[in-house]
Amino acid sequence: MRIYADNAATTQMSQTAINAMLPYMDKIYGNPSSLHSHGQEAAEALGQAREVVAGHLGCTAREIYFTSGGSEADNQAILSGAMMGAAKGKKHIISSKFEHHAVLHTLENLEKQGFEITLLDVYEKGLVKPEDVAAALRQDTALVTIMFANNEIGTIQPIAEIGSICREKGVLFHTDAVQAAGHLPIDVKGMNIDMLSLSAHKFHGPKGAGVLYARKGIPLTNIIHGGAQERGKRAGTENIPAIMGMAAALEEACGSMGPQTAYVTSLRDQLIAGLSKIPHSVVNGDMENRLPGNVNMCFEGIEGESLLLLLDMKGIAASSGSACTSGSLDPSHVLLAIGRSHEVAHGSLRLSLCEHNTKEEVDSMIQTVPQVVDYLRSISPVWDDLQKGKADYVIH
Amino acid sequence: MLYTEKVMDHFTNPRNVGKIEDADGVGEVGNAKCGDIMRMYLKIEEGIIQDVKFNTFGCGSAIATSSMATEMIKGKTVEEAMTLSNKAVVEALDGLPVQKIHCSVLAEEAVKAAVKNYYDRKGIAYDPSLFSECADCDHGCCH
Repeated sequence: MRIYADNAATTQMSQTAINAMLPYMDKIYGNPSSLHSHGQEAAEALGQAREVVAGHLGCTAREIYFTSGGSEADNQAILSGAMMGAAKGKKHIISSKFEHHAVLHTLENLEKQGFEITLLDVYEKGLVKPEDVAAALRQDTALVTIMFANNEIGTIQPIAEIGSICREKGVLFHTDAVQAAGHLPIDVKGMNIDMLSLSAHKFHGPKGAGVLYARKGIPLTNIIHGGAQERGKRAGTENIPAIMGMAAALEEACGSMGPQTAYVTSLRDQLIAGLSKIPHSVVNGDMENRLPGNVNMCFEGIEGESLLLLLDMKGIAASSGSACTSGSLDPSHVLLAIGRSHEVAHGSLRLSLCEHNTKEEVDSMIQTVPQVVDYLRSISPVWDDLQKGKADYVIH
Repeated sequence: MLYTEKVMDHFTNPRNVGKIEDADGVGEVGNAKCGDIMRMYLKIEEGIIQDVKFNTFGCGSAIATSSMATEMIKGKTVEEAMTLSNKAVVEALDGLPVQKIHCSVLAEEAVKAAVKNYYDRKGIAYDPSLFSECADCDHGCCH
């Protein structure tokens, strides 16, 4: 049995999305900027896709800008917010410690250019406190950017509360909704969101397509200069097949959200309950405000990369926040932000489920993961010391 | 694949895993904070490494380099074991990704730490410069 439990990394494309893309590769292949009928057919399709996406976000089609994905949308949103602020002498940006690197690295870059960045605590449960946002706001705050849901530990942030605080103070609010779109209800108007980023491949759409929503009246700053596509804000011939696939995938995901959320949540809770029986293990993140498919745990005395490799050999595709999987010596900044020690953060495992996963697969993971954890503990000098009382357990 | 077949072989079927309760030398290097710790046990008779075992907390390459290092010193004299270089371990594994080279340094250091412990226990004089602390590792992570 091969089990794919890394849906927060990417998802399998749905047949609906694939079918929606196909005609735009060989039949309707015109350039939407062309005036001839080939081009105009493509332009019409693009317009329909824009309407579909806008409908599911609660905005108008004119507020939708297609991008290459979530990272580009995050970059452009933050840069735009920064430039808008800077034009009025406002150079302070508020975000959180556990944002995606597409946000954090963009902010670091702005910091080098003279912006001041405040990264809010997310506390033990991985939740930003709206009152912290309110307290951090200053006269010169240009932008608040807080993710809708965290990609590693799945915690869902109080977006509507933060949105309302920002709106009241007249400060721009952007949210990276890459993990939320297609999985959680989003209403940019009701939630007072000024800008939002999403990525198609996280909800069974294709890779290489994303959306930046920017409320009417927000002047976007170009990252890509060139033609007049996307109302002049994002040059480059539109990736029509991927955009059509994205719109179809979003429609499908939003259309079946209720029952799927219930089903995936039940799988998640079953998996967490099963894996929590492993001694000296702990769940990362809040259990109530949590993405339906997210399981993230730390197991004391073992290291995540070796856990992943052994799980892969047993047919389970997972992810970890260990340093070895991040390509640096530091473990996940998300796990450090919720207060996990380096030692414990190295032993993390993320299993992210979707509606394709089955109860049998969850049962199988509940069987396999403890075996692999036991094996790695049996060869771990750290575990040996803990067992012999030479060191103290961090996870009880 | 991130790792060579040899690395995967030594990771999934590590040689000489375990402990030696009456070891003549035990060495430990690494730091849990950095995500890898190796502990090596030596059984030495008449200057020859009769048995060697290891325990490792770490990534796939940390386990594989530990395993390979134990194979390379088993049956050798203590002096021969002292000449084991991280480079030799990497070569024996048909290479490691650049970011994993420090694992091979740890393996070399673990062998040396175990030998040093053996010398100390037996009161055997040695040149302390042989055990300079992790000169090749620029992560400041090993001790």
